[in-house]
Amino acid sequence: MSEPMGFWRRYVFSTDHKVIGRQYLFLGLAMALVGAASAYIIRWQLAWPESQIPLTRWIPEPAMYDGHLDPSFYNQLVTMHGTVMIFFVAMPILLGALGNFLIPLMIGADDMALPRLNMLSFWTIFTAAVVLLASFFVHGGPAASGWTAYPPLSDDPSYTGVDWGQNLWLLAVALEFASFLMGGINFLTTVVNMRAPGLGFFRLPLMVWMQLTAAVLFMLSVGPLIAGAVMLLLDRTIGTTFFLPQRGGDPLLWQHLFWFFGHPEVYVVLLPGVGAVLEILPVFTRKPIFGYRTIVYSTIVAGLLSFVVWAHHMFVAGIDPRLATPFSITTILISVPFAVIVFAMIASLWGGSITFPTPMLFALGFLVTFLVGGVTGIFNGSAAVDIFIHGTYFVVAHFHYTLFPTVFFGGFAGLYYWYPKMFGRMLNEALGKLHFWLTFVGFNATFLPMFLLGMGGHMRRIYNPLQYDFLKPLAPVNQFATIAMIVLLLGQIPFVLNFFGSLRYGAKAADNPWGANTLEWQTSSPPPHGNFSTPPTVHRGPYDFSLPGAPADFVPQHRPAAVGGRAA
Amino acid sequence: MRGWFPEDISTYGPDVDRVFYLIYYIVGFWFVLTQVAIVVFLVRYRRRAHVPARHVRGERWRELAWILVPAAIVLVLDLGIDAAGARVWDAVKKDLPPGDVHLAITGKQFEWLVTYPGPDGKLGTADDFTVNSQLHVPQGKNVRVTLRSQDVVHSFFLPNVRLKQDAVPGRSIDLWFNATKAGTYELACAELCGFGHYTMRGVFVVEPPEAYAAWVARHAASGGGA
Amino acid sequence: MTTAAVAAGERIPSGKLAVWWFLASEIMTFGGLLAAFVLCRFAGGGWEDQAAHVNAWIAAVNTLVLLTSSLSMVQAHRAVEDGSRRRAAAFLLVTVLLGVAFLGVKGFEYSRELAHGFTPSTAPFWSFYYGLTGLHALHVLAGVVANAALWIAAVRGRGWAQVAPRVEYAGLYWHFVDVVWIFLFPLVYLS
Repeated sequence: MSEPMGFWRRYVFSTDHKVIGRQYLFLGLAMALVGAASAYIIRWQLAWPESQIPLTRWIPEPAMYDGHLDPSFYNQLVTMHGTVMIFFVAMPILLGALGNFLIPLMIGADDMALPRLNMLSFWTIFTAAVVLLASFFVHGGPAASGWTAYPPLSDDPSYTGVDWGQNLWLLAVALEFASFLMGGINFLTTVVNMRAPGLGFFRLPLMVWMQLTAAVLFMLSVGPLIAGAVMLLLDRTIGTTFFLPQRGGDPLLWQHLFWFFGHPEVYVVLLPGVGAVLEILPVFTRKPIFGYRTIVYSTIVAGLLSFVVWAHHMFVAGIDPRLATPFSITTILISVPFAVIVFAMIASLWGGSITFPTPMLFALGFLVTFLVGGVTGIFNGSAAVDIFIHGTYFVVAHFHYTLFPTVFFGGFAGLYYWYPKMFGRMLNEALGKLHFWLTFVGFNATFLPMFLLGMGGHMRRIYNPLQYDFLKPLAPVNQFATIAMIVLLLGQIPFVLNFFGSLRYGAKAADNPWGANTLEWQTSSPPPHGNFSTPPTVHRGPYDFSLPGAPADFVPQHRPAAVGGRAA
Repeated sequence: MRGWFPEDISTYGPDVDRVFYLIYYIVGFWFVLTQVAIVVFLVRYRRRAHVPARHVRGERWRELAWILVPAAIVLVLDLGIDAAGARVWDAVKKDLPPGDVHLAITGKQFEWLVTYPGPDGKLGTADDFTVNSQLHVPQGKNVRVTLRSQDVVHSFFLPNVRLKQDAVPGRSIDLWFNATKAGTYELACAELCGFGHYTMRGVFVVEPPEAYAAWVARHAASGGGA
Repeated sequence: MTTAAVAAGERIPSGKLAVWWFLASEIMTFGGLLAAFVLCRFAGGGWEDQAAHVNAWIAAVNTLVLLTSSLSMVQAHRAVEDGSRRRAAAFLLVTVLLGVAFLGVKGFEYSRELAHGFTPSTAPFWSFYYGLTGLHALHVLAGVVANAALWIAAVRGRGWAQVAPRVEYAGLYWHFVDVVWIFLFPLVYLS
């Protein structure tokens, strides 16, 4: 196991979960550039529809005409923005990077249960990303039917002028699904089989519970969409008619298959971000997370409920009107377990001894902004209100107020917190705080006004709102949001500088710079190949902070019960 | 708040808005409560020298009550919201009243083809005529629409009526509304339908019944299409 | 798998657990496709005249072939447990050949139907027919390849001890493919 490995085996085709986790991270960060670039062009176009978009003159026709955006390319950018952000940024960073890196460490294992499958999962998503990016360069350009790919628009090339672009999209998404299926299988098998002695399920760090639940949700929900994607691909290639009504098919079939997956999917993305926050709060309040078991049970309930809410995406889609109220009820019920989790997070602050380093700022940023996303879900979940706000910027604002908090606030919180463990260096605090405030202000300034746009009836995926008299008065709001977004984008520069600069110039990280209890902090930063010089044994839960009678205000999980206070 | 919504000109529009406001006030209360709690706790429980944190696990019922009781209240309020919303949903989408006027509207890339029944008041007869992206309706009358699509999924959106319905090819979907204020408004497409999606705008005119009848008569005579 | 894992007292080997999780997601995939088929078929109606053109007898033969191959797969697993490499190889070969036979019959069936003008575009029933049986056939092919690889390893003998436990996992997968057919056959051919 300790013979020297060449560059390729060590850094490229590695089976070490820590290397693979970092590879997922770099993939996610790189794809975030694509997602951000598309957002920039979209938002500039919305704010100043007839104008030349700065920095885009290099994009050739027929996508852009000397900096002027083509309407088809607008739709393609909208499609790619959603697809890239959800499948190639959020999931790689939250599940691929944090999940892969942390799970074996947090359970005291030396690696994942199936290391070669792990390596295959990364290279599969890498291939998927290449396929997706390649779709920009084929004749007709990339897919143009939204990340939701509703047929018949996505089914027949004559409706969009996009041919191979949509096929490549389907292939890329299918490969991404395969990648995360492999990953999910690995996560589940590893946690079931490779926990350190003494690590019962109710002593697992909550991040592990969240990754587990996300993996189960993904694995049980993605099947129908895989079926749907196969069906759409067959419609497009061998002439089947699953979704084409002119030949007996049904467009709504796709929507059911898509959203049956689509709704659990948003919790797949949400839960790891929540997990990061739940790990960070105890460390910087120096007290246990409030209601560990309650949080676990709420998460499981939310996961189960997530399978029976999907038609709330289809209230006005043409479903039988009698289905709307049952789905409104299930949808609104799902707010209850999440309310419990949010209340538990707030209760975790009570009576604490709170400090505010950057990871904590981002964790609190998650809490504050996710509250907006959570409460605005109620509006969307009510079928009556949804009649008006469906397909408007109210929905866009809502899902950015849930996805952005989990991916960027939760994800960044995790990156700032675990960077010392991943890279052996500390990040710069001043740059981190600057990054936080620019992100927090920029994000809220960009997306809060969008609720107002939605209330005004501003539709989604619209190339030029000024075509509509009733939207003209909202133009200043669009402009404000665009300027705020530019602040948000520029605000990421401190992070980029910090991330790469600290790899070289950051202070060397101690084993446990934050004084935390979970097992990853009880080995070196970064951990050696094999993770632990001696495999740990667990004697307590993960949040024994400020335990009465203990010599320090934290008691790591592997400390025997005799040392300080009662064990969990 | 009200200023941000388009003007309400339908019978059920204010009911839809009322559900919105109900939710707004309920969630607004919880939003303010939780954000204030967060800020208060962050200030009150900042680290101070020699003041340790309280080791509270939240595993005892006495402690959990602090989060479970609020959650139970949330649940009850949620169900109340659903009850209010269900009534309005049913009135708009499920329990369609008989129509005084019947129209057939077909979405296609990138226009709305509105078919009027002509002076005989019956759809499917010789005096029907079709107009491109112009929706005229009589004020104060129940209008029934049969919505179709010729190609892809579109979405029929009348912001001032608070009505939206996807137009799905292969289906005929029935809608209704009653516009109470005369004026000129807009019809939009609210589902991505191709590169011209943003152009799929229609003019929506609500006029007194006599004016409407006159408009119909003019168009029936000239054979429609204008 | 590491010594740490064994020391932790694992009850189900990781490979087996992984295959079960994989099958769970496959159940959802085929389940989604089958559910769509059932709902479209029995909601819309009018598919009976198209459905009448499939040949239930040919499919019945294939059902027999697949069921027999599951039996031989069970025997291969038994042979592994008994430590008999040669017997395992023999039964693996039988399973592979039966799988190939299934695919051959399927190919024959497709060519007949296409010759009669029943293409995927002919009617929604045929979209589902080709989609369902095609996806299933792809899974059979994957299983054939996996079983063939195991057979080769069994015949070679070198490194067999490492590979032998995978016969059970391949068996789980192969039984799953069989079970999918057991649902597919009546829904597509008999109703």
